[in-house]
Amino acid sequence: MASLVGSRVERKEDKKLLTGRGKYTADVTFAHQTYAYFVRSPHARAHIKNVDISKAEKSSGVVAVLTGKDIANDKIGGLIAGWRIKSEDGSDMKVPAHPPLASESVNYVGDHVAVVIAESLDEARNAAELVKVDYKVLKAVVKTDQAMDSENIYKDIPKNLCFDWLLGDREKVKEAFDKADKIVKIDLINNRLIPNAMEPRAANADYNPSTEEITLYTTSQNPHLARIIISAFNGVAPENKLRVIAPDVGGGFGSKIYPYAEEVVCSWASKKIERPVKWIADRTESFLSDCHGRDHVTHAELAVKNDGTFLGFKNETIANLGAYASVFGTVTPTYLFGPCATGVYKMPAAYSNVKAVFTNTAPVDAYRGAGRPEATYTIETLVEKAARELGMDPAEIRMKNFPTQFPFQQTLVHSVDSGDYNAGLKKAMEVADYKGFEKRKKDSESNGKLRGIGFCSYFEACGIAPSAVVMSLGCGIGLWESAEVRFNPTGNVTVFTGSHSHGQGHDTTFAQIAADRLGVPLENIEISHGDTDKGPFGYGTYGSRSLTVGGTAIVKACDKIVAKGKKVAAKMLEVNESDVEFKDGEFIVAKSNKKKTIGEVAFACYLPGTYGEVKSPLPEGEEPGLKETSFFDPGNFSFPAGSHICEVEIDPDTGNTEVVKYTAVDDFGTIINPLIVEGQVHGGLAQGIGQALYENCHYDDTGQLVTASYMDYTMPRADNFPEFNLGFTCTPATSNPLGTKGCGEAGAIAAPPTVMNAVMNAIGTEISMPATAEKVWKACQKMNKSNSKAA
Amino acid sequence: MKTFNYHSTKDVKEATKLASSSSAFLAGGMTTLPSMKLGLASYKDIIDIKRIKKLSGIKVSGKSVTIGSTTKHAEVANSKEVKKAIPSLAALAEGIGDPQVRNRGTIGGSIANNDPSADYPSACIALNATIHTNNRKISSDKFFTGMFETSLKKGELIEAVEFQIPEKSCYQKYPNPASRYAIVGVYVAKHKSDVNVAITGAKSCVYNEKSIANALLKNFSSSSLDSLKIPSSGMNSDIHASADYRANMVKVFAKKAVDAC
Repeated sequence: MASLVGSRVERKEDKKLLTGRGKYTADVTFAHQTYAYFVRSPHARAHIKNVDISKAEKSSGVVAVLTGKDIANDKIGGLIAGWRIKSEDGSDMKVPAHPPLASESVNYVGDHVAVVIAESLDEARNAAELVKVDYKVLKAVVKTDQAMDSENIYKDIPKNLCFDWLLGDREKVKEAFDKADKIVKIDLINNRLIPNAMEPRAANADYNPSTEEITLYTTSQNPHLARIIISAFNGVAPENKLRVIAPDVGGGFGSKIYPYAEEVVCSWASKKIERPVKWIADRTESFLSDCHGRDHVTHAELAVKNDGTFLGFKNETIANLGAYASVFGTVTPTYLFGPCATGVYKMPAAYSNVKAVFTNTAPVDAYRGAGRPEATYTIETLVEKAARELGMDPAEIRMKNFPTQFPFQQTLVHSVDSGDYNAGLKKAMEVADYKGFEKRKKDSESNGKLRGIGFCSYFEACGIAPSAVVMSLGCGIGLWESAEVRFNPTGNVTVFTGSHSHGQGHDTTFAQIAADRLGVPLENIEISHGDTDKGPFGYGTYGSRSLTVGGTAIVKACDKIVAKGKKVAAKMLEVNESDVEFKDGEFIVAKSNKKKTIGEVAFACYLPGTYGEVKSPLPEGEEPGLKETSFFDPGNFSFPAGSHICEVEIDPDTGNTEVVKYTAVDDFGTIINPLIVEGQVHGGLAQGIGQALYENCHYDDTGQLVTASYMDYTMPRADNFPEFNLGFTCTPATSNPLGTKGCGEAGAIAAPPTVMNAVMNAIGTEISMPATAEKVWKACQKMNKSNSKAA
Repeated sequence: MKTFNYHSTKDVKEATKLASSSSAFLAGGMTTLPSMKLGLASYKDIIDIKRIKKLSGIKVSGKSVTIGSTTKHAEVANSKEVKKAIPSLAALAEGIGDPQVRNRGTIGGSIANNDPSADYPSACIALNATIHTNNRKISSDKFFTGMFETSLKKGELIEAVEFQIPEKSCYQKYPNPASRYAIVGVYVAKHKSDVNVAITGAKSCVYNEKSIANALLKNFSSSSLDSLKIPSSGMNSDIHASADYRANMVKVFAKKAVDAC
């Protein structure tokens, strides 16, 4: 039987999803359904003096109007920050209270004040206009780099500073810088992004008064986490009385890892009114209230020798958390960012210092790559600048500083188990035809265009786990993953995973793994996920972890199935267990033609008897049934790496930048399904190029979100991209038996610096993201580049 | 969305009779419907004019192209007659919005709305269009009166737009990367005795840029614009493009349009 691992199996889930037969939260409607509409703050910062619901309550179709006072009276807990960070001075981070419905103050445009529940959405929305909130409007704190010098938003949090965190050794860095021939410095902004999953967030909570059980359908990347937070922290219902179902979910990119105020409020409200409560975000609500991503202001320095050897690295960053500390808001700019900021290089001394600030903007949390894109952007634009200043080739300076021995102890935290960075960069240069660049540049110039080339070599720490390590660093949860492999009596298989697929293709990839391991045809395997009542507890999908952590749990559960199957087959075949081998779905007795298929064994496990005689196929003491569970907690993160090369063409008269060539060579370790992996790379690149050239979340000085629709927030489109050239190298991970490393975030991590380095190479000066046409045009004017001069 | 009365009408008389101060005509609904959904507009009566046969269709004579007001952008873009008579007009229609918009949106709706970044108003100015309504003819230079404003009276219905066939013409735009509306769109048209350079996207309302038109009237070549400076006063400024940038783009795209004529 040919191995399915490594083959381009078409996605099993696509027929359903592409023909409109998926089932999303919005598709779920219960009998006696009610609809919720949230009254949100129109101000970035204000005290709530009074909330008058008297008119709204009388409006047509209204079932209930609930406010912050109601939720406080019912002692429903606030939203939580899930990762505790300590400041350099040893003090704990400072976080404000975050009630699901505000009763005293609102702190960003879109903050939740009240909920109107009615028989129809239109009636709820109309009544919401009648809720009269009396605000005392206060001056908003908006800008990341001015937050520490502004008025305190919360009286207990001086300078709006959540923490001032240090990773690394300032003394050693100072010594390294003292020895340097040259110090290369850079100031940069990692622009704030809005996740824009295709499916807006939604919740539908159904309370059953007779069983006191709540069933919550929600758009979650992580239904088990939603259940534990809503029960243990918000106190809406005990865990055994709360079932969370994340059915088909249309993308998340990090923004759906954790529950928001709306899920808590719908669940609580459903219990209160004893009817199901449904809420679906409209697109503007998504822009306003989904957690945003990135938003760093960074000063970084690299100490180098004249021959290009790196000696030390400093990273001083201010990270904007938004108005509240979201669940992974505090880890994203610290442990997911700081360690990776030294890049793929031998760096004798380094530190990352991050000051995280509160502002009157939507909370900021993990967004595809979470911290690692920011880290990679910092080091890779800095390295490229060092190459420019030293007059070195950008590939040469990188190769000079790559580690060649693995495991590689990276400067700040990670022990990187495997990799071959030279091989990756060399292959990228071949695929990109680096040698031909000068000729292509001349061709562009003859058409009046400026052409630039940019490099990026990255690594990232993903496959997020291991629990003992992350919990030692402040994580409030473990990060292992679970699987249950269940043979049905007729020989087909259901695999339950604690991870969650919202576009990643788990139904296919995981089935390939199980099919290979069990020797069962792919079509006989179903993958089940997203329901806390089905399968064991798990930790969901983010941080490119599902295959590496969750896939391994499936392998281990399959191995337990085979181990039990061997015992049963031996009994059935009347031989010793040691004489039985398992291959391609068959238990075979060596040097004989005696065998049993795994299906026959499964059948025997469920029907352990024979007509007309008392005889069991089960060995003495063995239980019937064939179902095994595994929980896998890896010993280390996994470390994908790669090199990307981009070429852009710029029209100096308009500043329009076109990505004309993009090469990505990645090392994801073992690849299970190249088709799906290539799709993941494409998606990541689209988001990364989007950050570099198009996307930008813009708040005005009063904290109003200007980019609150697709009229103003530039989502990249297919015509913004060239055909991507993809290549792969492979050094298998040693921390999991599959050898996989994770591929979901790589494109979004590598693309921003790759594209920006190309833009800066073309125009010859530094420029911030996104490199919009006007910014590039102004830079061209400054550099005196015009159409005629380019030619 | 607030509730409203929906009327599907079969002739212009019926439609205009239903019109009141709280009604709106509905053709493609590309602006009206989203505005209603977002709560930015509400009407007592929606008067659907899509079924009025005489409002749709394309007629070409020796001197002009006349397009019925409910004719969809895709129909103009794909019309062999329009492509032959005024290729730039078909190209403009091909570049509006996306396929969904082009297969719903209409020329009458576009010019009646007079969005400062819309494409069709520039065609009207450049091609000396005459707007035929149910009770009069309005020349395009009197039609577009300000941002989202026209000289149409309440209840007045556009029946057709008549474009003068130029000697040569070209429309070039730089689309807003987010909305794909024009940040700047320049429609250059050379007629027998005059040149029009209609600019959309740059100011609060479409206008004829006389300085460029005059230069081109003397010498219809892009090099005649080299020394010209377009002032940025009165230009729109937003997060996508400053007034200075728009002023630059007017000239750059005028040159592109002339070169492509």
